[in-house]
Amino acid sequence: MVALTIPSIGRRAENTSPPSAAAEVMAGCSLRLIEQSLTARYSDWIAEALDEIQGCFLITDPGIAGHPIVFASHGFLAMSGYSREEVLGRNGRMFQGPATNRRSVLEIREAIREERTLQISLLNYRKDGTPHWILFHLFPVFGVDDGSVAHFVAVQVPIPRRSRSLSEARCGGARGRLFGACRNEVRSDCDLGCNLASDLFVDVDNRGLEAEESREASEQEKERASDAANSILSVLTQYSKLTGRVVSSKRCRVAGISPLSSSLILSLGRIKQSFVLTDPQLPDMPIVYASDEFLSLTGYSRQEILGHNYEFLNGPDTEVEVLHQIRQSIQAECACTVRLLNYRKEGSSFWNLLHVSPVRNASGKVAFYVNVQIDENAKSEGLGLSPHMRQLGVVGAVKVAVRSLSLCAGPSRPSS
Amino acid sequence: MSVYQPTEGQHGEEKSGRNCVLQGIGLPLYYFSKAEKDSGCSSEKIEPQSTFLDRLLKEWDDRKVRGLFHHDVNAYETKILSGDYGFILQLIEGRDLKKRPTEFRIDRVLQPFDGKKFNFTKIAQAEMLFRFEESENDESGFFENTPIAASESPNVSPIGYGHVLLIPRILDCLPQRLDEQSLLLALYVAREAETPYFRVAYNSLGAFATINHLHFQVFYLVGVFPVEKAPTQRIMTLASGVEIFQLSHYPVRGLVFGGGSNLEDLSIAVSIACIFLQDNDIPYNVIISDAGKQIFLLLQCYAEKRTRGEVNQEFLEMQINPAAWELGGYMVVKRRKDYQETSEDTLWRFLDEEASVSAERFKEINDCILSTLSDKIVERNMKREDDHKC
Repeated sequence: MVALTIPSIGRRAENTSPPSAAAEVMAGCSLRLIEQSLTARYSDWIAEALDEIQGCFLITDPGIAGHPIVFASHGFLAMSGYSREEVLGRNGRMFQGPATNRRSVLEIREAIREERTLQISLLNYRKDGTPHWILFHLFPVFGVDDGSVAHFVAVQVPIPRRSRSLSEARCGGARGRLFGACRNEVRSDCDLGCNLASDLFVDVDNRGLEAEESREASEQEKERASDAANSILSVLTQYSKLTGRVVSSKRCRVAGISPLSSSLILSLGRIKQSFVLTDPQLPDMPIVYASDEFLSLTGYSRQEILGHNYEFLNGPDTEVEVLHQIRQSIQAECACTVRLLNYRKEGSSFWNLLHVSPVRNASGKVAFYVNVQIDENAKSEGLGLSPHMRQLGVVGAVKVAVRSLSLCAGPSRPSS
Repeated sequence: MSVYQPTEGQHGEEKSGRNCVLQGIGLPLYYFSKAEKDSGCSSEKIEPQSTFLDRLLKEWDDRKVRGLFHHDVNAYETKILSGDYGFILQLIEGRDLKKRPTEFRIDRVLQPFDGKKFNFTKIAQAEMLFRFEESENDESGFFENTPIAASESPNVSPIGYGHVLLIPRILDCLPQRLDEQSLLLALYVAREAETPYFRVAYNSLGAFATINHLHFQVFYLVGVFPVEKAPTQRIMTLASGVEIFQLSHYPVRGLVFGGGSNLEDLSIAVSIACIFLQDNDIPYNVIISDAGKQIFLLLQCYAEKRTRGEVNQEFLEMQINPAAWELGGYMVVKRRKDYQETSEDTLWRFLDEEASVSAERFKEINDCILSTLSDKIVERNMKREDDHKC
């Protein structure tokens, strides 16, 4: 039986390898988070199922700071020469190097930010420093429950050197002409699996490889990439049903609201106070984000409130004039601070110092309203800051987070 | 860094009794480490996490809340035009931009500093954000409330959201003239933000620098500038490893510097090129992008063309002054009609036919830049060897 070299992803602890420098790096990115990234959504058996899939691929989690790798296939490790410990918890940029085309790096970065599929040729580097061309096929996997990206999958198919005539057209310089051998006859060996890749396609002179400005993938390689992508997606979808946190290749709207991007959710998650974001562009201004502290303050669960209007906190003794004041401020796109009686889920009431403020996105439109709650009777942990200052702090942090959204996210769309 | 909101009225106005208000006042100080940043786990940040950038944006927002800006800079509409490059268009409507009185001759790229004209020593303390300096050890972080005593402290001020001025050595009253040290400082600032969306630009006189007091512009925008999408062709690699590319398939002629193993080598290469240009009265714009790893050097001749009456009326009416951001593909228009009707094609023509230098002129200039670089770099290496021998 082949001993798995992975550190207990979905496995019991007895398989862990001795600590190493790489493991320390991983620990820095929280080994537990890496493990749970997959098992929490796809069950403990996911690693085994993914190991059955032929091909070189990585799975990353954009919901964890640093966007780390949470899974690397056997084929990938064999192709790149790294061990699993050296790769888990690291960012995908580790495989790029000096001759990797900056434009390609930019395209990958933007595809991740815009949460869409991308297929691109890329020069990557193995552990021993040798570069190699791959067809890089990236696609997002969305959680059906909230529509946000659960994981990114990056399939990598090696692109072998072609016959001289084709590579000449790409290579800028004379160096490309030194390698005349046509590699077509070895391409059929690709089907033996990526484990052989590093043997077959090592270049005699690596600098020749770096002099190539680009290398096109063939239809066969593109097909291999799509096939692998489909197998992986199918396994992920199937196993996600075991935990109920189902995924899909398509983003679904939940309760009529657009999901927020992973980066925004990450930033908002750092604000440890009670607040919600509502979307004024949608009918009835629904809640599109609620902090954990809001949920504990009010007793509701996230599923119960996302997509609903904020007014469920109001009740029989909530003053109508105050509600009117809030509505007026919103219409005027101004901030306001009020004190009103609100109700928890189980019926008890509390005096809420509520601050409501518009938050604009990069295009200048009001993208959200942020509602910050302070329970008057709760003991203050505010570091000596007045409630109002604390609320302004939350608003400031939300504004910075929303400003990290690009121009093409949210209500403003490219003009046609 | 100081917050400064330029308005029409302030140019050319004497602020009596406010000379050198900066001496002795207290500001937060951000100290940065010169050491190369570790590109491990945290290199691919999706959102602004850098302490430096976070603080800058928060301070900016605070000034806005305090009403230090003369108009609601948040309310400008912005959009991305359809097309391959995704030019970015912003509308600042109703702001009647009178032509700024030219404080200096436009035909000279280098002009001496004139203390009687408006400069950054005349701005109020409230407008300053914080100072930016190199730390003595390898750490970085914030000290609150330090006085500006030395003339070495750079300052920054905001113009739009995440849009601020970086003013190195404010008390030295240097004219708008690039040198290796200031450029290196700008690179450190770009790197410190740890995100490709934080860019630093320099406009020479004659290329729409607005004030003849050494400064850079800083702009945070999550998105890709059209110039960053343009393909490039490598034309030279220096001994230090710095690579020089030429922009192709882009309406503005220019060079891109990148690579090398440290910011110092990059700064040396780019400043040699810029010093050559300014010594020869050739206006230019610089955009530092990709957290200091990529530097665009763009060449234009719009001011000269406009003086000679050679610019198409269509473009004159749009009132776009092509400074660094504009050449990079981010334009500000003043009329709603322009905002609604402008296409990528229009902007392409504006940049290609009116703003940029011609291909022939670029080739001339480029040949000189490359040979100057070869000479100067050889000189420096020889000097280094001599130093070693002593």
